[in-house]
Amino acid sequence: MATAVYLALSLNRPLFLEGEAGVGKTEIAKVLAASLGRQLIRLQCYEGLDIASAAYEWNYARQMLEIRLAEAAGDADRDRLAADLFEARFLVRRPLLQALDVHAEGPPVLLIDELDRTDEPFEAYLLELLSDWQLSVPELGTITAAAPPIVILTSNRTREIHDALKRRCFYHWVDYPSAARELRILELKAPDAPFVLRNQVVGFVQKLRQLDLFKMPGVAETLDWCSALTQLDAVALHPAVIEDTLGVLLKYQDDIEKIQGTEAARLLTELQVEMAEAAMRMS
Amino acid sequence: MTDDGTAGALADNIGYFVRALRAAGLPVGTGHLLDALAAVQQVGIGSRTDFYWTLHAVLVSRIRDREVFDQAFHVFWRNPGLLERMRSLALPDSNAPAVAPEPLSRRVADALATTAPGTARISEETELDRDASETWSASESLDGQDFESMSADEIEQAKAAIGRMQLLLKPVRVRRREPHPRGQRTDLRASMRRMLRQGPDSITLVKARNRSRPPPLVVICDISGSMKRYSRMLLHFTHTLTNDRDRVFTFVFGTRLTHITRFLRERDVDLALARVGSEVLDWDGGTRIGSCLKAFNQAWSRRVLGTGAVVLLITDGLDRDAGSGLGDEMRRLHMSCARLICLNPLLRYAAYEPRTQGMRAILPHVDEFLSIHNLDSMRDLVEALGRDRARNAKRVEEWLPMAR
Repeated sequence: MATAVYLALSLNRPLFLEGEAGVGKTEIAKVLAASLGRQLIRLQCYEGLDIASAAYEWNYARQMLEIRLAEAAGDADRDRLAADLFEARFLVRRPLLQALDVHAEGPPVLLIDELDRTDEPFEAYLLELLSDWQLSVPELGTITAAAPPIVILTSNRTREIHDALKRRCFYHWVDYPSAARELRILELKAPDAPFVLRNQVVGFVQKLRQLDLFKMPGVAETLDWCSALTQLDAVALHPAVIEDTLGVLLKYQDDIEKIQGTEAARLLTELQVEMAEAAMRMS
Repeated sequence: MTDDGTAGALADNIGYFVRALRAAGLPVGTGHLLDALAAVQQVGIGSRTDFYWTLHAVLVSRIRDREVFDQAFHVFWRNPGLLERMRSLALPDSNAPAVAPEPLSRRVADALATTAPGTARISEETELDRDASETWSASESLDGQDFESMSADEIEQAKAAIGRMQLLLKPVRVRRREPHPRGQRTDLRASMRRMLRQGPDSITLVKARNRSRPPPLVVICDISGSMKRYSRMLLHFTHTLTNDRDRVFTFVFGTRLTHITRFLRERDVDLALARVGSEVLDWDGGTRIGSCLKAFNQAWSRRVLGTGAVVLLITDGLDRDAGSGLGDEMRRLHMSCARLICLNPLLRYAAYEPRTQGMRAILPHVDEFLSIHNLDSMRDLVEALGRDRARNAKRVEEWLPMAR
């Protein structure tokens, strides 16, 4: 992961991140922007996303006003008016165009989030931006980036992204973290939670991920669960509190039914035994 | 080869070859023939490789035709006495060895047979079946004879009919817009541009409306032994669907689930099915519907079932696992798509009752339960997909009491 990010930064290539929901794909972009001190420009994709909301739009109200002014001034030179109307000052800059602007603190981090939510035409539109760092505005010409932005694209893999787009990016599959790493994440993100609780939460979630569930809990769920438990003043896991808060961790009724009750208790006992053994070995 | 022939014979042979390719479906005409003759004159016929690529350059213009050209070239130019060759293939007492080292595409065999001069044509047609019976795609037509006990000839016609089918799925609204005179919204950008063309005296508003688009279609087809008679015919059907439009996904299952959309994208139906045949390992075996659907739900449902997705589940409900776990997976599948249609070839029997455990587990979770055993039922299906539900079909509720 660190290598992929490093390469993307040093070679100025977009980084394409795929993975299940809640493994921290978006977080990478946020952390990157914060640690490099750059501005984060985020483009959330959705079905029907078009140029007007992704790249640029003309400010029609101001254009209309300009026409009225020209009329009032008795200026009826059509060609000149046309040239005036489509000037940069009437352009409303949306995320993609903003990312090409000059920023005082250096090139921004452009996050194109959940790319799989849009349709293929939008992907095709991105190709020019991602390979040549430029956008074509028919009325103005081509706008090229002063310095290439750092681009992170994420996808939940609800559909395959076209190869032409993947070719332009470095690809990384973001997997669920190992127990040690997840524990480290909890330490950083939920420092308020008691030490024992953090260990137990990570252990329990890791066990859940080995089961046959429809949707496995991601890191985001682990964090949510940990803060929920902290909020409930739990210092350690016990069956009743797991029962109450299972909805934070699992989001499908089938999965909840499967885990609820005996299965949760069994996992917890297993976990407690393992942790006791580990403690014995340590001492 | 033709080196020793006169120039006239070579031109004739190239002419026959072009006709053979045309019959095999390549878009080549007289213009191509003239080009080919000119090209061969330029390059000469000193080497077979040069000759091959000369003709290839002129006659092949689409990647999907490459394979057909290759086969046709090797068969045609190996033996200029093609007619004799075809005949020797057909005669049972012939001493000639079986010629095709690898299965000929049926289309090539077909096309080569019909390029022979007219006198031999009647005997050729009988030969054609013989020649092609060694090949994979034709063995399917022999199996297919059970498909409503069609003759091989009828099977061919059926496949051609399937190839012509067009699916009109009921479209779903998407959020993208398109210009439309009676649209609800105003496209300001287009209006402004039109104003520039017309002059600033008046502004004509350009209207737009939401575009609509056919929903994704997912076909999950049972290829176990009990479905043998139908599965290959159904693959022809799905091949047609796949090449007709985007967002069609096909899976086959027996004991395990295989995603075959990529192979069906191949335009040439014979090649596509041959590739499916070599990729799928559980043809004509047992069925484990529950575990295969589970695999689909886990790995694929979230990726292929977009907004308004329609699922065609083609199975006879004969399950080796006796329907264990099937109900849950069907429920999950039903919840993930907009419309779930179960197609069961056994429905052709008027007295059919869904009594198998597999079918009993499936039925409560489907929206429609239709037959798929002949061309008519396929047409009915295609037509039903264009509407909210099938006409004249028994409602699922009427089946349910029988499934108890």
